Amino acid sequence: MRYLCMMKSSESNGETPPAVYEAMAEYDRWGRANGVLLDSRGLLPSETGAIISLADGDIKAVDGPFTEAKELVGGYAVIEVGTREEALELGRRLMQIHKDFWPGFVGSVEIRQIAEF
Amino acid sequence: MTTRAAIEAVWRLESARIIAALVRIVRDVGLAEDVAQDAVIAALSQWPASGIPDNPGAWLMTTAKRRAVDAFRRRARNDETAAALARELEQTIDDDPAAGIDHVEDDVLRLMFICCHPSLTQEAQTTLTLKLVAGLTTREIARAFLTTESTIAQRVSRAKRTLADTGAAIEEPSGDERAARLETVLRVVYLLFNEGYSATEGDDWVRPALCDESVRLGRILTAIVPEGPEVHGLSALMELQSSRLAARIGTDGEPVLLDAQDRRRWDASRIRRGIEALARAESLAVAGEGPGQYALQAEIAAEHARAASVADTDWARIADLYEQLGRRTGSPVAELNRAVALARAHGPAAGLALLDQLAELQALRGYHLVPSVRGDLLEQQGRGAEAAAEFDRAAAMTANERERRLLLHRAEAARRPPSDR
Repeated sequence: MRYLCMMKSSESNGETPPAVYEAMAEYDRWGRANGVLLDSRGLLPSETGAIISLADGDIKAVDGPFTEAKELVGGYAVIEVGTREEALELGRRLMQIHKDFWPGFVGSVEIRQIAEF
Repeated sequence: MTTRAAIEAVWRLESARIIAALVRIVRDVGLAEDVAQDAVIAALSQWPASGIPDNPGAWLMTTAKRRAVDAFRRRARNDETAAALARELEQTIDDDPAAGIDHVEDDVLRLMFICCHPSLTQEAQTTLTLKLVAGLTTREIARAFLTTESTIAQRVSRAKRTLADTGAAIEEPSGDERAARLETVLRVVYLLFNEGYSATEGDDWVRPALCDESVRLGRILTAIVPEGPEVHGLSALMELQSSRLAARIGTDGEPVLLDAQDRRRWDASRIRRGIEALARAESLAVAGEGPGQYALQAEIAAEHARAASVADTDWARIADLYEQLGRRTGSPVAELNRAVALARAHGPAAGLALLDQLAELQALRGYHLVPSVRGDLLEQQGRGAEAAAEFDRAAAMTANERERRLLLHRAEAARRPPSDR
């Protein structure tokens, strides 16, 4: 089963410390060598993005940054595991990296199983 | 989530590295697995109260090393080597596990070599690989092989005894022997995959969990032997074949053959990974040697993956690839598949002509796919009664229940006049 892990945090956490990048690179290497990590990327800040929405029959595009959002997706990983518990453990490790190397960081990982047909 | 389930998850993610490192340190696969199991038992008793440690893999590793020190100390009274090992190991117990990270690939590869050691039976090789490298529990392995937990437990302990007798844990194959041992590892992993992809026994046509496990083992191998063309070839083959898993099973669990599969259900992510791995296999291939058997089979699977439909498939190229495969492996099954591809490319008569030549081969006698293919081609020529007899023959030869039913169904259909089919 495959999961999408969405890393979410407030952009007010500030710049990512270099140690987090290093630990994430190691996580990436470990996950791929272990056959469980299929893809992972960080996203650029929301000022480079846009939100296209539909409401009351109107489609509107609003450019970033998304200042009103409390938490934004800042990166993602696609993993393939045998059990839901493995997905939870892989998500927990992402938070562990932030706990270890980014003092004061507040954020979350949302894991969602990818539907298969 | 129960703590037990969490521990099993950690174990599946970490076991290969933990056991592989322990084997390097204690030089005994039986002891390595015993102390690793002790560590898991300790986790089961401590983590419910303490919570999962920040670095669960390191916790398990440290605990296992402590148990190994204890084991060596017990032996040390009348064995100076054990005493020395105990002292040496004790000093490294709290070392940062990440410090040994450079060893990891070598360690895991050595563990795979041990699990697929030539002194072991094929059954023992596949079982040990699932247990020690994939990190499956005895219960999960028993389920995968449709047998009991005690059978698996016995198989594991017998295998460990055999390995201890041959001193398998400390040897480091090199040169030609290393190449031969790697070939065995690939064969064992592919065997596991095939057992999942086309179950030879039991009620289920496929066992996806076994396929997924093998695909993962293939990915692990590409990380630890990145220079091996056939390693990437095998990984490509399993990614591509398994992309069709869901489409191969009908709503009632019955097999759905390639022609009838809904190609929209093929797994695009696996296809992409498979084609990428195949490209790596080709770029690494030794000049003048041509592609290996796994790369060739992956190339065939990729031809199917690229085609929008059966009609759209480049069957002439597939026939050519099977011809190369047959030459490389001497496999009569490759020739059988070439007959199918030739029939697709040039009409049933071309396929039947090759089948007639193959009928002489001793190796294909008793193989149900020979009459099954013949029946299929005869049916295409409108020779219904002859086709039905071949399907009946094939049904009597297969051990898989679902396949048998499918063949009997085809025999019945072939007997009906064309207008009723």
